[in-house]
Amino acid sequence: MPYVIPEVVDVKQRKTDIGPPHYKNFLPPVIQKNYGDWKTHEILSPGLMVHIANSGDKIWTVRVASPRLLSTDTLREIAEIAEKYCDGYLRFTTRNNIEFLVSDESKVKPLMDELAAKKYMIGGIGSRVSNIVHTQGWIHCHSAAVDASALVKVIMDEFADYFTTKETPNKVRFAVACCTNMCGAVHCSDIAYVGIHRKLPRIEHENFKNLCELPTTMASCPTAAITPDPAKKSIKINADKCMYCGNCFSVCPALPIADPENDGVAIVVGGKVGNLRKPPMFSKLAVAYLPNNPPRWPEVVKATRKIFDAYVAGAKKHERVGEWIERIGWEKFFAVTGLPFTFQHIDDWTYAFKTFRTTTQMKWTK
Amino acid sequence: MTKKYETPLLDELEKGPFPSFVTEMKKAAAKNPMAADELGLLEKSFRDKVTYWKHGGIVGVRGYGGGVIGRYSQLADQFPGVAHFHTVRVNQVAGLFYTSETIKFLCDLWDKYGSGLTNFHGSTGDIILLGTVTENLEPLATILSMNGFDLGGSGSAMRTPSCCVGPARCEWSMIDTLDITYDLTQEFQDELHRPQFPYKFKIKTVGCPVDCNASIARADLSIIGTWKGPIAIDQDKVKDYAKKGMNIQEEIVNMCPGKCITWDGNSLNINNADCLHCMHCITKLAGALKPTPPFGAVILIGAKAPFVIGATLSWVIVPFMEMKPPYQELKDLIRNMWDWWNEYGKNRERIGELIIRRGMREFLEVCGLEPTPEMVREPRNDPFWFWKEEDLEKKPWEEFLK
Repeated sequence: MPYVIPEVVDVKQRKTDIGPPHYKNFLPPVIQKNYGDWKTHEILSPGLMVHIANSGDKIWTVRVASPRLLSTDTLREIAEIAEKYCDGYLRFTTRNNIEFLVSDESKVKPLMDELAAKKYMIGGIGSRVSNIVHTQGWIHCHSAAVDASALVKVIMDEFADYFTTKETPNKVRFAVACCTNMCGAVHCSDIAYVGIHRKLPRIEHENFKNLCELPTTMASCPTAAITPDPAKKSIKINADKCMYCGNCFSVCPALPIADPENDGVAIVVGGKVGNLRKPPMFSKLAVAYLPNNPPRWPEVVKATRKIFDAYVAGAKKHERVGEWIERIGWEKFFAVTGLPFTFQHIDDWTYAFKTFRTTTQMKWTK
Repeated sequence: MTKKYETPLLDELEKGPFPSFVTEMKKAAAKNPMAADELGLLEKSFRDKVTYWKHGGIVGVRGYGGGVIGRYSQLADQFPGVAHFHTVRVNQVAGLFYTSETIKFLCDLWDKYGSGLTNFHGSTGDIILLGTVTENLEPLATILSMNGFDLGGSGSAMRTPSCCVGPARCEWSMIDTLDITYDLTQEFQDELHRPQFPYKFKIKTVGCPVDCNASIARADLSIIGTWKGPIAIDQDKVKDYAKKGMNIQEEIVNMCPGKCITWDGNSLNINNADCLHCMHCITKLAGALKPTPPFGAVILIGAKAPFVIGATLSWVIVPFMEMKPPYQELKDLIRNMWDWWNEYGKNRERIGELIIRRGMREFLEVCGLEPTPEMVREPRNDPFWFWKEEDLEKKPWEEFLK
């Protein structure tokens, strides 16, 4: 379809509610022909797989990492590469990887050579680290307690060889959420980072009455810590109940909570979304707080290394992080990773009692 | 010429093998003053360890209540290029397929009307165009529309539906995830573009229980492909896996959650009646095992991130639904639950939270669904439950004790 960008735009002529274009227009001919009729696939190398149709037709996929934040320059470069080797066909994965879709086997190697020469990171397919789903962070969000893209960058740099070559017992899915709003599946990832606050929101009483709605603000609080302050036409926050989630700030700009000295990163582990073997699992708290230390958050990288290496050393083949921890037990997880277990690890919210150990079954680690 | 900022902290993030978002920002900054100020602002955030964005403001395009997120910097005086830096959500193509022509068109458009910075893609699935000013929104939306594209969802609306790669390039997809996504997106254009719900509503469709789009964790309505037929076995291919070094007993038999597989070194046997349909054996023995029809979907409800009651995973409301176009049963179900949620939901209450507040019975009755054991992990373990007048008149024991 030829695209047009006119010099003069008559905005009154806009058609509404047309929805997205039909996907069929974007599928390579070999996919159109074999749609829904694939037989199997093989992973030929960490960044290359081939799908084989019942007809015998094949399509090769070359996967490279992207930082998700892409300039139009880079996008054009990607488009040029796709034109050269893939008749222009490419796709993205839900984890922000770029996939070049090659219909002609003879073009696979030249494509991979050019990608390597241009320093694209090829890999991410199979039992290894894939790219990291993440949120906007300081680049574009008002409630970010930590930057997201930077954490992705430093973690992927640290574990790059597990994207490009080495294998892990099963997939390791990292995720980053820059605040507890968690735009992204952080709560169900193998190893995930969430930006947290550790002090109360600051109430700007003068602004509250102009900017905020009392019922909405009160309703936003998961622990009912917010009550009216009629004299000030504002609110009070019960310091004993507030757990610094920042949801009140989301609905009321007069309750800023960002704090350069006390904000930071928590690490949660053992979640997954797939139904393979065990049902989907939530991630659980491993490290309650590490400081915001830009630009490369060395404490976060080091703590992750402890968890990651213990998993690679201890897990059976096909066990995800959460399955490994469940098998060895949480007491052993803290022992083998050397991470401290603290008051913050014991739940004290709504369903806390469901996480208390109501059995004498346990392992001795000391 | 665009303004040049010293960025010693961000420069550290251009080192290392993973592609650098800082390099991307610098590329855009070299030719776009908005992107240049965005880079300068981010360096300041890294220095001060705090974000400098204000809450979203209300901006949009004529006729729509969403699709654009207003965004303003707190430091407009210092960084005038990001005084207004709105996000435009463009409804992605199902399955995230593109042609190079399309990518180039989006680039040309965004270089003309925005910062030159993008996200491929946002968490919900949209193409994210990052950073523009209010007066560019109408021409942008108009040109997108002229070329067959439309805006995605934002606010208390149905959000842009998304899916896995599905039957386009996966042998395990048991439903047409791309078609379902396209069809639902077209069906509910009004609900997508004009927020009319208590809060957001996300729909994600995946072709099998592997769930490559995190549907069960991230969608209010999760549509997950599954099967009812036996697992077909190619014994020769299974033996090939064994020959190549796979320990079938350890890796397949022992890891089956249904404990329904046996292997005698020569042939693999599956007791399909005990299969939990988890996909472990099928994915590990790719090409040797495959699910067989009937194919359909498990429909689940209620997943969300932690606010306000805690994170939830979607739970089963329809154990098996046939998924044939025009998906009328599914559309009727969705409309029924929306009507109920609109009636009873509080401001910022997700549908899952409303179900927890008012009970599954009410929800199931509204949807015309009968209770089944597949909906729960286990029956309740407390002795407190409700009876309705109509329940008291029924004598089911006369039937089940016959």
